[in-house]
Amino acid sequence: MCAMLAPTPSPPIEVDRLVKIYKTVPAVDGISFTLKAGSVTGLLGGNGAGKTTTIATIMGLVLPTSGRVAVLGAEMPKERYRVLHRMNFESPYVEVPMRLTVRQNLKVFGMLYGVEHLRERIAELARQLDLTDLLDRPTGRLSAGQKTRVALAKALINNPDVLLLDEPTASLDPDTADWVRGHLASYCRDRHATVLLASHNMNEVERLCERVIIMKRGRIEDDDSPAKLLARYGRSTLEEVFLDVARGEGIHSEAAQ
Amino acid sequence: MTSAVESAYAISPRRIGAMMLRYWYLLRSSWPRLLDLVYWPTVQMVTWGFLQYYIANNAGFFARAGGTFIGAVLLWDILFRGQLGFSISFLEEMWSRNISNLMMSPLRPAEFIIALMVMSVVRLSIGAVPVTFLAIAFFGFNLYGLGFALVAFFFNLMLTSWAIGIFVSGLILRNGMGAENLAWSIMFLLMPLACVYYPVATLPFWLQPVAWALPPTYVFEGMRALLIDKVFRPDLMFDALALNAVLFAIGVFAFLKLLQSARRHGALMQTGE
Repeated sequence: MCAMLAPTPSPPIEVDRLVKIYKTVPAVDGISFTLKAGSVTGLLGGNGAGKTTTIATIMGLVLPTSGRVAVLGAEMPKERYRVLHRMNFESPYVEVPMRLTVRQNLKVFGMLYGVEHLRERIAELARQLDLTDLLDRPTGRLSAGQKTRVALAKALINNPDVLLLDEPTASLDPDTADWVRGHLASYCRDRHATVLLASHNMNEVERLCERVIIMKRGRIEDDDSPAKLLARYGRSTLEEVFLDVARGEGIHSEAAQ
Repeated sequence: MTSAVESAYAISPRRIGAMMLRYWYLLRSSWPRLLDLVYWPTVQMVTWGFLQYYIANNAGFFARAGGTFIGAVLLWDILFRGQLGFSISFLEEMWSRNISNLMMSPLRPAEFIIALMVMSVVRLSIGAVPVTFLAIAFFGFNLYGLGFALVAFFFNLMLTSWAIGIFVSGLILRNGMGAENLAWSIMFLLMPLACVYYPVATLPFWLQPVAWALPPTYVFEGMRALLIDKVFRPDLMFDALALNAVLFAIGVFAFLKLLQSARRHGALMQTGE
């Protein structure tokens, strides 16, 4: 676990037979997984695979139909206020207020998350994320890449032990996306944070994740390290593995068969 | 780095302050938002003030009832603007697609509601206080001359506006921006029944119990008793307070149930229509 906080005996994230049904449509259909402290895990799947619902349920934003989710030992969503200050989230589909300046946004979220020495923390994040010159500009007037850095600063404001990322580099140019991935990698390494990353970007997953969970139609189709998945499917890239799973073409390698 | 506050029921002044700061930054950054707070109350008061001025010069009864219309306009504005101030601060979160961020943060629903209530008073003050001075300058009507009665009127009207604002916010959380229009229009449903500009006795007999079930009715009757008969009616204020307590409890209960329903239906992930 995070070196600066007391160790938690429970796994950072435990999902046990989670089911979420919207009306009659199962968005998540009986998935189970446990994440190790300090691990970075990719959640792969096509549109409608259930990735976002899984992440939202872990955050306590969605109530499960059945099954159990626990974060840092707290049952979600019932005990979410025990741990929400140790978690955070980033997604390009959830924005920070555009009329507020970067500094104002970080101050508001810092206060919400109970961050101590907030002024210093904002200055530190601004340095790390190259936002110092942008701090007093309205967030809505920034470029897409700059906004992503602001969203990342918001997600890291409380030095979360558990970080949930939903396509954090979607719609970014390759250079900015690469920069964001680099920063995430160093944060996870330095803080020993546990990260669950939903993404469509296979390069991102290969670069950041030591474990990959592949979802399809609300179920887990496969779950292993990138290297083992490549070997099992007899493929050279995760994108090919993803396509095999998405198209139901199964495992190709003879060894696996 | 963070200070842990674990109970779901713990109220943090710092988190409430964070939300108020967020709305204050927003107001400060946008002159159209500030102008919007002032212009409509001014237009209302001036229009009704001149109408009353005209009638007062042509009818004996209204000559006695000096200030009734202007008083009603100003008190109605407290009710309407109080609810709108609450609902617009809430809608700002929906418009800016920030509601998911808040719902995933340690901010408790009670803290969110308290911040919205305080901001509704701030917004109302920015909009209504200048108008009360205009009423003195234009028509010689001094709302503050009502003294303690004004405090009782204000408190009761704000309680009603908060209760309705809380309920409408719950509806928007659950049903998305398709329910936004309710924030603008729901108070006008009350207007004819709350007897803002005429006594309850004006209503058909069968409709009067409905009017008496609404807390603002007691306030507007109390205002007329004060301005026309020069009598302050504490009994009306206590009745309004009791009804407001019930209405507020229903509003909060409905909000929590609608929030729970929004979590169940995944509505907090989709803040569009």
